Amino acid sequence: MSAIPHDHAVGQNEDHGHDDHGHHPTGIMRWITTTNHKDIGTLYLLFSLTMFFVGGCMALTIRAELFQPGLQIVHPEFFNSLTTLHGLIMIFGAIMPAAVGFANWQVPLMIGAPDMAFARMNNWSFWLLPPAAFMLILSFFVPGGAAAGGWTLYPPLSVQAGMGMDLTIFAVHIMGASSIMGSINIITTILNMRAPGMTLMKMPMFCWTWLITAYLLIAVMPVLAGSVTMLLTDRHFGTSFFNAAGGGDPVLFQHVFWFFGHPEVYIMILPSFGIISQIIPTFARKPLFGYASMVYAVASIAILSFIVWAHHMFTVGMPAAGLLFFMYATMLIAVPTGVKVFNWLATMWQGSMTFETPMLFAIGFLFLFTMGGFTGLVLALTPIDIQLQDTYYVVAHFHYVLVAGSLFAFFAGAYYWLPKWTGTMYNEKLGQWHFWASMIFFNITFFPMHFLGVAGMPRRIPDYAQQFADWNMVASVGAFGFGLSQLIFVIALVKCIRGDGAKAPAKPWEGADTLEWTLPSPVPYHTFETPPVVQ
Amino acid sequence: MVRNQRGPRALARMLATGTAGLAALAALAPGLANAALDMDLQPPVTPIAQQMYDLNVYIFWICVVIFCAVFGVMFYSIFKHRKSVGHKAVQFHENTTVEIVWTVIPFLILLGMAWPATKTILAMKDTSAPDITIKVTGYQWKWGYDYLQDGFGFYSNLSTPLAQIENREQKGPNYLLEVDHPMVVPIGAKVRLVITAGDVIHSWSVPAFGVKQDAIPGYVRDTWFKAEKLGTYRGQCSELCGKEHGFMPVVVEVKSKEDYAKWLADQKQKVAVAAEDPAKVWTEADLAAKGEKIYAANCVACHQATGKGVVGAFPALDGSKIVTGPADVQIALLLTGKTGTAMPSWKQLSDTDIAAVITYTRNSWGNHTGEAIQPAQIVAARKEH
Repeated sequence: MSAIPHDHAVGQNEDHGHDDHGHHPTGIMRWITTTNHKDIGTLYLLFSLTMFFVGGCMALTIRAELFQPGLQIVHPEFFNSLTTLHGLIMIFGAIMPAAVGFANWQVPLMIGAPDMAFARMNNWSFWLLPPAAFMLILSFFVPGGAAAGGWTLYPPLSVQAGMGMDLTIFAVHIMGASSIMGSINIITTILNMRAPGMTLMKMPMFCWTWLITAYLLIAVMPVLAGSVTMLLTDRHFGTSFFNAAGGGDPVLFQHVFWFFGHPEVYIMILPSFGIISQIIPTFARKPLFGYASMVYAVASIAILSFIVWAHHMFTVGMPAAGLLFFMYATMLIAVPTGVKVFNWLATMWQGSMTFETPMLFAIGFLFLFTMGGFTGLVLALTPIDIQLQDTYYVVAHFHYVLVAGSLFAFFAGAYYWLPKWTGTMYNEKLGQWHFWASMIFFNITFFPMHFLGVAGMPRRIPDYAQQFADWNMVASVGAFGFGLSQLIFVIALVKCIRGDGAKAPAKPWEGADTLEWTLPSPVPYHTFETPPVVQ
Repeated sequence: MVRNQRGPRALARMLATGTAGLAALAALAPGLANAALDMDLQPPVTPIAQQMYDLNVYIFWICVVIFCAVFGVMFYSIFKHRKSVGHKAVQFHENTTVEIVWTVIPFLILLGMAWPATKTILAMKDTSAPDITIKVTGYQWKWGYDYLQDGFGFYSNLSTPLAQIENREQKGPNYLLEVDHPMVVPIGAKVRLVITAGDVIHSWSVPAFGVKQDAIPGYVRDTWFKAEKLGTYRGQCSELCGKEHGFMPVVVEVKSKEDYAKWLADQKQKVAVAAEDPAKVWTEADLAAKGEKIYAANCVACHQATGKGVVGAFPALDGSKIVTGPADVQIALLLTGKTGTAMPSWKQLSDTDIAAVITYTRNSWGNHTGEAIQPAQIVAARKEH
């Protein structure tokens, strides 16, 4: 995103003391060899957007098949591959890289650092992703097809699968390595490279949430790598970690997987919390309410995330003591999450709010994420979870927190920072259209899934009984509306990158007060070579 | 078609429910739920399911109250504290009292939710002193039910015809939720289920009973229910178990004590009659006729009725080297399955059934080996595999 503005605005019009053109190659080699955090941030974000559309097409195929009862478009096995790869691609290809993209762009700018701590490793952690994504997509074309056991890859089903599963396992390994490197980079940058005077408790909230997210990533990515490696050796090298006949236990995989999987949920949402915590104060023209309690709430959520994993497994058959422990621990997460929501509301309260697109998406996030929080609370209660586990209710719940949660926050962040990144204001009318279309179609798609779930429709099925027909039809219509709405974002984005729009001032948002807004728009290729001093 | 009759009515109801927000609220309310559009938990017929249902209603209303309070504040603020109405920002950013209050109050609300949930969990896990124990085994893709005290068991397969699934026939009222042999239990009896699986993880679920228990290969888990209303109750496998995951429903018939006794006697008699002597020598025609049924129930989903399989996914049997080659190889394949593929082991079928289905495949479509595989051959092969 910085490419064009940089070449035009900085390279040609302004004659800096040093010419940064001389420091890097041009054309494709610029992107392959870049060690600049802004270039790498751009790469991450564009990669993530591409994967978002790839995963989205899979979702639309799923919804097309589910438009009516009966099998119409795809075979059941291919349907299972679609649900599996939709999940993997959206999580590892779209949401997580988008969060890292925001971190690459914003963390150095917000703490007044010239770049990330390990610039070359930064390049490597991005360029690991395209081969991993390629392997995932390639798996559709190998004998036996892509992995079809759900993104959770539960054995023994995943042991039965063909080589598509092996490609998936290796892709997960590579993406895990990329995430760990990215996290090390972010932690080191934040802990060592803050501008003089910026103590940890003065840091913008986005940096705090990412610092904690990075620790979560380092803690759990090796666990995931370990569990899929055991899967690999069970598949090919005669081990029996998950095979009862050889002394193993299929449920062991679930324990290990969800020990990764639950913190993973917060890995996907905490950076979004950070973005929202920047945007709401800006557009309310008030400082964030309860900064310290926000930090403590994020830390508590992160710590609690390690002791709730088995709430994904209430139906495997645990002793009553296990059910009770995991239910109580899970319910406890509602407290810090509630604190965050209340703090955001208190920030809005008595403010002087305006509702540009970033704020709309932030409010959309707040509203829908809280709905996802309610359903999360319902699911936390073991007796109700027994009814809802593995039904569409769960599908509705996690799309409320991941799509309306993480994704909406990323859209909010993109509209918020695009003027800074590209030097061009986004088209407000397009932004508003994008928001309202997304908001309406999102709810048409996912709200009915709550009803399907309570009525008992299992997830991951290509065909369903007649009583589920009406809501499925509604959801499918909504899904296509939601998918098409995202094209509005692409148009708005392309217009910004091409410089088609009003020129952005250094600080387009009246209420913004973090360091990036002290820089010109578009932001120069190299920034904060002399650190700013924070009072 | 059932759906078509219901369509306009459903649409009218949807429109009548009004705006998305109102529909949302009305729809989530179990009390207000609209039966035709299925927005509610299925009517409970066991004490545990009833407790789950009540808990859901209780939690729902707590959430509604919180929802109204939180978003009442948010929307009030959005309308009153905006720049366009001239509101000036008040620069406060801390208030310890408020922060303590909104930490403690949610905690107390959670305690109020945890209490009834805990009571239900303890009741749910009490599988002691059952009247009947039934062993449930999940297979790809059917259920096996063994009445342990009465010494008989049977398989329960989807009975919806393929033509309905492929939209060549009108779908019946219980489309995808009907089986050839349902589980049968007496009303008012405490039924303990011991649940396991033969291949991958499945999950046995009947929403009206409040039961959902994963079936895990190599391990046995138990759960229980006590149905208090006569009728037929339906559920589905609730853990992804492969290609036909969406096609292995659970059906349970709750009968009166007398009807159950009658059914039980019937089953026992059938078992006695059907006890097949594996030493019996069958003719090829008899075996093939029996094998056709076994094939339709177990093999047709992948290998297809035409025996042509699905190109790229499931191999054809018609003209297959294994099916037309030496019988030993095919027998071994059926007994052990083929690792790395979707072909499971079929050793749970009886010797006669395996012999019959192999005979059928070796003498159908373009295969004409003329061989009749006898149950005795399977008995011998089992010793090796």
